[in-house]
Amino acid sequence: MEKLLEVKNLKTYFTLKSDRIGSRPEVVKAVNDLSFDVNKGEILGIVGESGCGKSTLGKTILKLNHKTEGEILFKGSEIFDLNDKDLKDLRRKMQMVFQDPFSSLNPRKKVGSLLAQPMQIHKLGTKEEIDAKIDEIMKEVGINPVYKGRFPHQFSGGQRQRIGIARALMLNPEFIICDEAVSALDVSIQAQVLNLLLDLHDKYKFTYIFIAHDLAVVEFISTRILVMYLGKIVETAEKKELVGNHFHPYTKALFDAFPATDPKGRDERATVLMGDVPSPINPPSGCYFHPRCPRAMDKCKLEYPPLKEVSPGHKVACWLHE
Amino acid sequence: MDKDAYSSRKLASDQNKDILLSMEDISVSFYTHRGIVKAVRNLNLQIKKGETLALVGESGCGKSVTAHTINQLVPMPPGKIESGKVIFEGRNLLDLDDKEIASLRGDRISMIFQEPMTSLNPVFRIGDQIADVFMAHHDIKKDEAMEKTVKLLELVKIPAPERRIKDYPHQLSGGMRQRAMIAMALASPEPGLLIADEPTTALDVTIQAQILRLINELKQDINMSVLLITHDMGVVAETADKVIVMYAGRKMEEADVYSLFENPSHPYTQGLLNSLPSNKKYTNATRLEAIKGTIPDLLTIGNECPFENRCPHAMTVCRESFPDKTELADGHSVWCYFVDGKGKE
Repeated sequence: MEKLLEVKNLKTYFTLKSDRIGSRPEVVKAVNDLSFDVNKGEILGIVGESGCGKSTLGKTILKLNHKTEGEILFKGSEIFDLNDKDLKDLRRKMQMVFQDPFSSLNPRKKVGSLLAQPMQIHKLGTKEEIDAKIDEIMKEVGINPVYKGRFPHQFSGGQRQRIGIARALMLNPEFIICDEAVSALDVSIQAQVLNLLLDLHDKYKFTYIFIAHDLAVVEFISTRILVMYLGKIVETAEKKELVGNHFHPYTKALFDAFPATDPKGRDERATVLMGDVPSPINPPSGCYFHPRCPRAMDKCKLEYPPLKEVSPGHKVACWLHE
Repeated sequence: MDKDAYSSRKLASDQNKDILLSMEDISVSFYTHRGIVKAVRNLNLQIKKGETLALVGESGCGKSVTAHTINQLVPMPPGKIESGKVIFEGRNLLDLDDKEIASLRGDRISMIFQEPMTSLNPVFRIGDQIADVFMAHHDIKKDEAMEKTVKLLELVKIPAPERRIKDYPHQLSGGMRQRAMIAMALASPEPGLLIADEPTTALDVTIQAQILRLINELKQDINMSVLLITHDMGVVAETADKVIVMYAGRKMEEADVYSLFENPSHPYTQGLLNSLPSNKKYTNATRLEAIKGTIPDLLTIGNECPFENRCPHAMTVCRESFPDKTELADGHSVWCYFVDGKGKE
């Protein structure tokens, strides 16, 4: 399989302003030493609770954030080493779809000019070619091209998200990062947009990174899943393996916590994970999950476990697997 | 004379002994500059003591407006309650004046909201805010109210409550804030109805599981009734006893939670369950069975079934009028011409 993206020991830290003179500034380790690959044509789902660094990771991969350390190789070249011109060329191939279709579209621009902008910025095509492309893409995402003279507020949330997807498609990208792309939508609309993303994947063989907090959505759309907790990968595997054979207590807790769509047996459900997600400013010692882990041992309090391969493609960071 | 009034009220309450709240033929509209939005239309519902009723539906279905009608939180104008009664313990709440309804709010009828950070006052300590609720309704001293507050925080499982009462809202995590909100809602000698408006939507899923479990336990321990407003069928399956599915201001289906999930009968309920990627039928599927189209603009809906333009079974009659109730089984009703068989040629 061809690797499209390689992430090696990536760290993204943010330094907070110190609130007292002379005190040491606090550092948020949003992405803390991550390594993984994304293969061409796959849908990698990244799932985790708030503060786990999943969105920061997505932005860092597109160089919308700085990185503190590590490498991000897109088709073998480090994106942080590219000069402006090469980076601009590269950005044609990598696009992003955002969560909130209300704030990610400029309210003062008509849909037609919102969609024309990516091609104008990259100086691609004549006016007629751009127009034709807009019609084609709008049809592709299920919006009648006669509406291109409308403003974003004249569309519903689901239609706006389709416009956000259309904008990402205008430059024929190879790689799209969807950051909580369906979480602001009503469930009936969410299902439509998920189907659309899958249709586009089948037709154009895009590679997706699909970031979401909703395990059911990630489980449905992904081919491979990566579970994050406080800036670290706790477990990653092919979807079938992760769903059927997850090992990390946190992954298990996530699956258990997710409400089943069946009231039967709800009173005998597995125990609920106690405690809160700790602050990424002062993560606990040892394994970050140990204060909430039902199976924590002494060793877990002292040392962070390495991410180890337990079967081909299935990696877990947990001392229980020693 | 007082005694007579008392016994007649007692008699009335004996007849509907189990029913805590009933809403009869409630219609609520909003008069906007674009026209009249009929947010809730001819809605009936009943909540028994110790029962959780879930109102479930997508945005704009009228579930929150229904809840706000109970304790008169609908802004008027532009809102207007066009018809109906809200009977709580023998009294029509819509007849009460501001002072009378205020004495019920927070005492017998409490509400928790989606975002606990915006519903707690950021400049007062948690303990003071909860103690205030006791003191507003009952003639007790601050010390005593504080003692009760500590007990409540213990009840909602906030660790070290003696220390936590001195915290400000921003010092608590999202889950803890929602616990504090629930404690505040219970700040009464006899909590009656808890209205929970999307109580876990802003929370992470492991925290959501904790809060849902807490609400379930409390309901059993203190025999409180819960009106749960949510868009999430998963939350419904975990907590509700009875369910009302709403769409564009109308009740589409009503059932106990087990029948609803076992035998969803309205095409909208079926579509809603099919839209969930967590539905068991999708284990090896490559596409979801989505409902086509979008929710109609409430301004343009007349007397037709509002789901008609998205419904796979729509018939001519669906465009003409809204169907009557069809009872499928005890307590399981549906409002649909396709299900009741009328209008089929």
